Amino acid sequence: MRRLWAVTVARSLEFLRDTSSLGWNLVFPLVLVAGMAMIFSGPGQPLFKAAVIAPPGAALDGTLHPFLATPHVQFYAERSVEEALPKVQRHRIDMLLDLRSVPGKYWINEQSPKGTTLERILAGTPGAKLERGTSNGAQIRYVDWLAPGILGMNMMFSCLFGIGYVIVRYRKSGYLKRLNATPMRAIEFIAAQLISRLVLIMAITVIVFVATNAFLHFRMEGSYLDLFLVTLVGAVAMIALGLTVSARVTSEELAGGLLNLLSSPMMVVSGVFFSMDGAPPILQAAAKIFPLTHLIDAARAIMLDGAGLAQIAPQLAVLGGMAALFLAIGAGLFRWTQD
Amino acid sequence: MPAILAVRDLHKHFPKVQAVNGVSFEVAEGRCFGLLGPNGAGKSTTIEMLEGILKPTRGEILYRGQPLGPHYRERVGIQFQTTALQDFLTVRENLRFFHSLYRQGPRIEELVERCRLGEFLDRDSRKLSGGQRQRLLLAIALVNDPDLLFLDEPTTGLDPQARRNFWELVRDIKARGKTIVLTTHYMEEAYLLCDEIAIMDHGRIIAQGSPQRLLAEHFNDSVLELPLADLGDRAAALGFAVRGDAAERMTADVNDTVRALLDAGVSLARLKIRPRTLEDLFIQLTGASLRSGA
Repeated sequence: MRRLWAVTVARSLEFLRDTSSLGWNLVFPLVLVAGMAMIFSGPGQPLFKAAVIAPPGAALDGTLHPFLATPHVQFYAERSVEEALPKVQRHRIDMLLDLRSVPGKYWINEQSPKGTTLERILAGTPGAKLERGTSNGAQIRYVDWLAPGILGMNMMFSCLFGIGYVIVRYRKSGYLKRLNATPMRAIEFIAAQLISRLVLIMAITVIVFVATNAFLHFRMEGSYLDLFLVTLVGAVAMIALGLTVSARVTSEELAGGLLNLLSSPMMVVSGVFFSMDGAPPILQAAAKIFPLTHLIDAARAIMLDGAGLAQIAPQLAVLGGMAALFLAIGAGLFRWTQD
Repeated sequence: MPAILAVRDLHKHFPKVQAVNGVSFEVAEGRCFGLLGPNGAGKSTTIEMLEGILKPTRGEILYRGQPLGPHYRERVGIQFQTTALQDFLTVRENLRFFHSLYRQGPRIEELVERCRLGEFLDRDSRKLSGGQRQRLLLAIALVNDPDLLFLDEPTTGLDPQARRNFWELVRDIKARGKTIVLTTHYMEEAYLLCDEIAIMDHGRIIAQGSPQRLLAEHFNDSVLELPLADLGDRAAALGFAVRGDAAERMTADVNDTVRALLDAGVSLARLKIRPRTLEDLFIQLTGASLRSGA
C-alpha cells in the first residue's frame, strides 16, 4: 500500500510539474467543450436534417406546415430546388421540402435510411399532404458519400500522428541529437520524413480504396488521376501540419494534446461523417481553415459530381498554399534538441 | 605535437545556470584527453560544445586552427552518454544507415570486426546487452573514420568485464593514431586511457596535466589502511581517519609510521599500503566523491 501511494504521488507530481502538459490538459477540454457547444447548441442534437424552401418571409415552424414542428429534425432554409436537390442525392441532407405552393412537394433519396424514415414521419403528420417529387439523376448511396470522408480521416490521423508524434518521440529519446551530430541537415531530415510518410500513406490509401471498391463499387464520375492529385496535395498539407506541431515540442503528452486539438475538430467539422449544411455560417467558415475540409470537398466533387481540375482548382490551390505555409513554418521553427 | 583542438575561454550560460565559466585547453593530435568532474561540473556541457551540438555563449573552439565549420561533422565521431536509435532496425541496418550519412568511412565489415559486433549483427538493436549496445554506439561513432573521437561517459552502467572489453577497443583506436576526448566518472578508466586529464568543478578547470604528473605534484605520500577493528578506539589518537569499516592514514615516510604503529602494539597483519590515486586527488580538489556526485 505504501509503495502504491509513493508511486501515485510521484507520478502525480511529475504530471503537475510538467507545466506544458498540465496546461494542455486544462485547455484542451475547455476548447473542445466550447467548440462542441457551439456546434451542437440548441435543444439536443437533431436526428434528421431537412432543407425547406419557404414562401418569402415565412418562418420555418409549425404554422407553415405541422411537419416543421416535428422534434429532433433540423429544418433549415434553402433557396432553390436546383441547389438543394443534389444535397439530397448526395446524402448531405435527408429531405428537401418545397412549401412555396399548395400542395407542397418533398424529395428524399430512396437509398437513404434516414430519408425513408423521415418520409414515414411526414406521412403520419397531420396537415396538407405533400406531393412526392422524383429526383432526376442516379441515386447516390450513403457509402459513396461516406467513403471519401473515411479515407480522408484515416489519412489525416496517419499524417498528423505519424509525423508529429514520432518526431517529438525522436527528440525526447535523443535520436534527433544523435542525427544532429552527423552532417545531415535539418531540411534533409524534414524532407525525408515527408517523403517517407507521403509514399506510405498514398500506398495505404490506394490499397484501401482499391480493396473496398472491389466489393462496394464506388460511384466514380471523375478522373482517378485528378483524385490521386488532390489526395497527394492534401496529404502533403497534413504532413506539413504535423511537422509544424512537432517542430519544437519535447513532451509527448503535449504533442498528443496539440494533435488532438487539430484532429478532433477536423473529425467534426470537415464533413467526414455528416455535412455542415445548415450549421452556423461561422462554423462553416471555420471548417475552411482545416486541410481535411478541402480534401474531402474536392474528392467528393470528383467522385460524385465528375468535377475536373478546373472545378477543384480552388481546393487544390488552398491545399497547395497550406502545404507551402506549414512546411515553411515547420522548417523554420525546427530544432534538433531542446537547448 | 600540433593541437587538433584548441579551446579558449569557453563560457556557456543557461537561463538559470552558468554551466561553463571560462575553460581553456588544447588537445594534441593522437592523444587521449580526459575531462573529469563531479555531476554538474560542466563536463558534459563542455564536450557538447566541442562536438558542435551546443553553441558557446562566449569563447572559441578551433579545429586544426580553424573555427568549427560545416566540414567539422564529417571529421568527428561522437558517442553520447545516452543515445536512442531508431526502433526496429538491426545492428547491421543501423551501421549502414549512419555509414550512408558520411562521404567517407571504413567498410562496414571492418567496423564489425573492430568493435566485435559479428555475433549479433542481425539482432534488433533494442535487444542488445549494455556492453553490446555501447560497442554498437562506438562503431557508429567510428563510421566516418573520424580524426577526433568524443566519448561521453561511454562505460557508465557497464559491468566490470564489459568495461574492460570497451577499454580494449579504445586502446586499439588510440593505437591507430586517433585523438580522443573522453569524459568519465571512473578514475581507473581515466588513469589507464588518458594521456592528459582536466578536472572540472563549478564550470572551471581546477587541475590539468598527465595523471602521473598531477599525482606527483599534489602528493608525496602513501596511504596506510587498516580495518577499524584492529585500531579500536585509538584510531584518531594514532592519526587515522575513519572511512566506514576501515581507517586510513597518509604518510610521507612509511617506515617511520609502521615502526610507530608496531611500538603502539597495533597488529599489522591486515595492513594495506597503496599509492595515492586519482580518486584521492579528485576528493582533495573538489571535496566530493566522483561516484556519489556533488
